[in-house]
Amino acid sequence: MTVLPSTLHSPVPSRAPDGSGPLLELRDYSVTFEGRDGPLPVVRGIDLSLAAGEALGIVGESGCGKSVTWLAALRLLGRGVATRGAVRLQGADLTRLSEREIARIRGGQIGLIFQDPTSSLNPVQRIGTQLSEVLALHRGLRGRAAQAEALRLLGRVGIADAPRRLRQYPHEFSGGMNQRVMIALALAGEPELLVADEPTTALDATIQAQILDLIRDIRAQTGMGLVLISHDLGVVADLCDRVAVMYAGRIVETAPTAELLSRPRHPYTRGLLAALPTLAGPRLRLTPIPGTVPSPEAMPQGCAFAPRCPIAAEACRSEVPALTYAGQDRRAACLRLAETAQPDAALPPPAASALAGAL
Amino acid sequence: MSVLLEVRDLARHYPVALSGGSRRLLHAVDGVSFSLPAGRTLGIVGESGCGKSTTAKLVLGLLPATCGTIRFEGEAVGAQRDRAWRALRRRMQMVHQDPLAALDRRLRVGEQVVEPLAIHALEANAAARREKALALFEAVGLRRDLFARYPHELSGGQRQRVVLARALVLNPGLLVCDEPISALDVSVAAQVINLLQDLQARFGTAYLFISHDLKVVRQIADEVAVMYLGKIVEQGLPEALFHAPAHPYTQALVSAVPTALRGTRERIILPGDPPNPVDRPAGCAFHPRCPRAVTRCREEEPALRPSADGRLTACHLVPASAVAAAA
Repeated sequence: MTVLPSTLHSPVPSRAPDGSGPLLELRDYSVTFEGRDGPLPVVRGIDLSLAAGEALGIVGESGCGKSVTWLAALRLLGRGVATRGAVRLQGADLTRLSEREIARIRGGQIGLIFQDPTSSLNPVQRIGTQLSEVLALHRGLRGRAAQAEALRLLGRVGIADAPRRLRQYPHEFSGGMNQRVMIALALAGEPELLVADEPTTALDATIQAQILDLIRDIRAQTGMGLVLISHDLGVVADLCDRVAVMYAGRIVETAPTAELLSRPRHPYTRGLLAALPTLAGPRLRLTPIPGTVPSPEAMPQGCAFAPRCPIAAEACRSEVPALTYAGQDRRAACLRLAETAQPDAALPPPAASALAGAL
Repeated sequence: MSVLLEVRDLARHYPVALSGGSRRLLHAVDGVSFSLPAGRTLGIVGESGCGKSTTAKLVLGLLPATCGTIRFEGEAVGAQRDRAWRALRRRMQMVHQDPLAALDRRLRVGEQVVEPLAIHALEANAAARREKALALFEAVGLRRDLFARYPHELSGGQRQRVVLARALVLNPGLLVCDEPISALDVSVAAQVINLLQDLQARFGTAYLFISHDLKVVRQIADEVAVMYLGKIVEQGLPEALFHAPAHPYTQALVSAVPTALRGTRERIILPGDPPNPVDRPAGCAFHPRCPRAVTRCREEEPALRPSADGRLTACHLVPASAVAAAA
């Protein structure tokens, strides 16, 4: 039986620093793209922190900035992108590091896996070569030692017949197997944090279950922290201690997973839960969120969700709500939080099935 | 209830060349039978390569079947692109996953909804066709002023509404939907699911609804068929199937759906990947991954037969109903 650990009781890895201060911290972090008609703000001031060993889920719909935040933070976006604010990994600001220094952190302290494993791997190199490269770069392992470690890593991610597999190319593996290889590559640097961007979206349901279980196992064993980016609240809730919901480039609510699902406070979070079909419970008509996500070119004044919000007031259309405490370990960015604390007829009810744990 | 679509022993095989020069048959769809009453929804679920999309193409006569029959409103559906096929295609329409790929980027969306009427020479004149198209525009919840826009000027949800309007403007009896909401965001997907339900209530269109997403299928389907390696392994009412799956593969699929606060339900993790359809295992095709397989499963292929509660299951371990056993 898996019980969601609370944030406070997350496993702390042995090689965590002194335990004080977060592992990773974003402070007023913004990302702006160079658009044809001027700058396009895509991420608009994010504050986040992740304790060592914590699993944080980032959910939101396409264009909300959930992937861009982390690609920018790891400086993977290249030119035409301006960032503001700080990204601190154990206190060191990643935005100030040289290219050489940040390259040591990527694949070292921070591992990365993406949605499409097959295109993330080099198609013309054997799996073994790709693993050896990481092991040489980040761990200084070569020759026999690297070979032994590569075999151990493939075994760790559940790939049988590792000696033969090391000599194969990505096209000889299925999508699920390639994602296991990607995880092995990420683990090769012994990361303290794994950033996983939609790691199971391209995979079939039964394979997705295998990969989620693998990530859970590895975390339990190594105490590695996790940032799981997904559009699927179910996937995030399955693995994460805490969830941050993003909308139009901002975090609108963050809370421990169970609390967020059972008592969502932000109208957008409530809307998302009510819009999800479920597998259990009575089959009710869905309550969609009216309208669509605003584009960065046409961002509304005030709260970006106000035009779609069932309880928006006059002030919501002019004032940007700050992310404020709305409970012990929960923050939400809404001017009408007083209203969302009580059950309100104007709001879709939090999904009953989520309460029952059958999201 | 009148049967709109009747599919019997449908199969589609592809010859494939293996490395080494040998040739084998890939059984993409292998003996599928179902029927769909008018105005109802049959959901087909399964993982990639299970044959669900091939089934859709066969039903529409877009691909010739290797064997088996398809009858739509009593008429045989073939893949010969003749006059009869074109007449049938007016009554059977399709909605794809990616609306942007399904629309012509250089044509205003309104013209694309008018076009099927012009192709089939329906309505008296251009003005009447435009009126009909506008009526459909409103039925799918699009503002009239979007009629003159191009696909790239619309959002994903609006584009899928255009595709729906274009399919329904011919007043088809059957709409084949292949992953129609998989490309849409959560908040918009719910809008389109509700719209599909409303349109069915209003126009009486039957849906063959293909998806990998069990939650969406449960929301919309009157009956569900689960496919594995080209065959239906379990078929029945969504409540029965998803609450108490009988086939071990359905059980694994249902348990694989990610849930919050897990622990009340143990997840069944299947070993390995779905096998290559070229190398279909002997006996029950699922046995190499099945946690409950016995010797018989490796040797004898189970037939799809009714069990006590009326659903159909292809598994040796599920007891057959008394009626079926006696027969």
